[in-house]
Amino acid sequence: MSPADLTALWLTLKLAALVTALLLVIGTPLAWWLAHTQRRFKPVIEALVALPIVLPPSVLGFYLLVAMGPHGPIGALTQALGLGTLPFSFAGLVVASVFYSLPFVVQPIQQAFATIPVGLLEAAATLRAGPWDRFRSVALPLAAPGFLTATIFGFAHTLGEFGVVLMVGGNIAGETRVVSVQIYDHVEALEYGAAHGLSLILLGLSFSILLVLYARRLPWRL
Amino acid sequence: MTLRASFRHAYPGFALAADLTLPMHGVSALFGPSGSGKTTLLRLMAGLERAADGSLALGATVWQDATRFVPAHQRPIGFVFQDARLFPHLSVRQNLAYGQRRAGAGGAIEVMAERLGITHLLARKPDRLSGGEAQRVAIARALLTEPRILMMDEPLAALDAARKAEILPYLERLHAEANIPILYVSHSFDEVARLADHLVLLDGGRVVAAGSLVELTTRLDLPLAHRAEAEAIINAQVVAHDAAFHLTCVGFSGEKLWLSLHEAPIGSVVRVRVRARDVSLTLAPQTGTSILNILPATLTDLGGESDSQVMIGLDVGGTRLLSRVTRKSVSLLGLVPGVRVFAQIKGVAIVE
Repeated sequence: MSPADLTALWLTLKLAALVTALLLVIGTPLAWWLAHTQRRFKPVIEALVALPIVLPPSVLGFYLLVAMGPHGPIGALTQALGLGTLPFSFAGLVVASVFYSLPFVVQPIQQAFATIPVGLLEAAATLRAGPWDRFRSVALPLAAPGFLTATIFGFAHTLGEFGVVLMVGGNIAGETRVVSVQIYDHVEALEYGAAHGLSLILLGLSFSILLVLYARRLPWRL
Repeated sequence: MTLRASFRHAYPGFALAADLTLPMHGVSALFGPSGSGKTTLLRLMAGLERAADGSLALGATVWQDATRFVPAHQRPIGFVFQDARLFPHLSVRQNLAYGQRRAGAGGAIEVMAERLGITHLLARKPDRLSGGEAQRVAIARALLTEPRILMMDEPLAALDAARKAEILPYLERLHAEANIPILYVSHSFDEVARLADHLVLLDGGRVVAAGSLVELTTRLDLPLAHRAEAEAIINAQVVAHDAAFHLTCVGFSGEKLWLSLHEAPIGSVVRVRVRARDVSLTLAPQTGTSILNILPATLTDLGGESDSQVMIGLDVGGTRLLSRVTRKSVSLLGLVPGVRVFAQIKGVAIVE
């Protein structure tokens, strides 16, 4: 495997890990809110969260590119903060991937929260547990299987990202050239052997982490 | 000390408008048919729900008024739900420690486990418990927070007869030890008759009557005295046992009643039920009768039952009894308030 392949692999893993961590932080409160709100616009938010599942990555990538560009709302914000613009940078890739993988993290956690009986949280309240305490000591442990699913789906889905990366990240070695793009380059250059090597790694990695998910009969434990 | 509550709230399908004052000793039962609002009332008192218009105070401590609302987790209450609601990810011991630790309560888990007969279950997960075991753990868990009030919402309703029989003795012991007031919601009069001292009758979201169990069960203006099983509850003391005839004698208001031999020791206080349909009346004391229990009584009041039946209230030395007789008998014997009669009691039983 060439140093360029290793760089791409490392970049991909870094991206997937960072995006998954960010999504768990953003997705948990969003999932909690979606699982418990009775607001009438809840379906709107749910549909927005689910959009990346059905939208062609190029469409999502295009809108994100425009939004993060110098005249877009995200671009205006990052420029106002003195951060420049995000397209064609690793930071831009992270932001785009967060949108791209959002449903794969939010949905399993939301479902896990929704199946926790409200009665258990009430019981915890009568046992002197405040709202945050109830969330931490009852909801989180009981939703653990949902969090495992969310982590694995979020990570695996970001790992395989291609269209969105090309649209907002381009193909900059060490900055935005992830494994899927590197494989594409190898195939374009008719380097089938190198493409095989990286593809096999991605296939093996994806299969292994999904195997962890499906093989583990998780009891009530985080 | 008392618990004073006043709630007004419109729910889909019914409106709650309840004012009540509960004594903070013994067992107070909130009793009424399904949909009468008794569970809602208990949840409002626990802070699990919030009425639009409500006030609630334990002694001088305000839990809710126009401006304040103390959330459930800051009220010193214990709550036992119909379903045990044990935390499935924690062992029985961890469930017991959950509230105790948060309440900063002392007391040993082992001692409480012993009291409720769950010592052998401490290491188990809740999914390995029977319904009756789970409910005993839930009671222990609530008591370990050392609450000022224990609230129980139909704690036996989800259990079959055998499981009920398994738990009732623990509740009775809890009542007897009486160091903590209990609010008990139930739609089963048998449970109420066994456990309650004070009774709040609810119907359609309103308090119909409140008072001592003994008084309310025999008040002719209330529905309890007009059930097919209408009865008087008497707190009596075991006076003697007759081993030869297998009978037990209990005393109350200077009178005695004989009933089937019971294991309660002499001197202990028992609850005795006398059904209205088992009490017949005579104007003169009968001799040559098989009936053992004949008590002199004064007729106090009459209430219509049906075209043929009349419910009669009696006073026996300060204790009230009910008798269901025919309208024809009332006419033939000239039964009006103030008449001295003899109550012939065919059946007496200890409540259990």
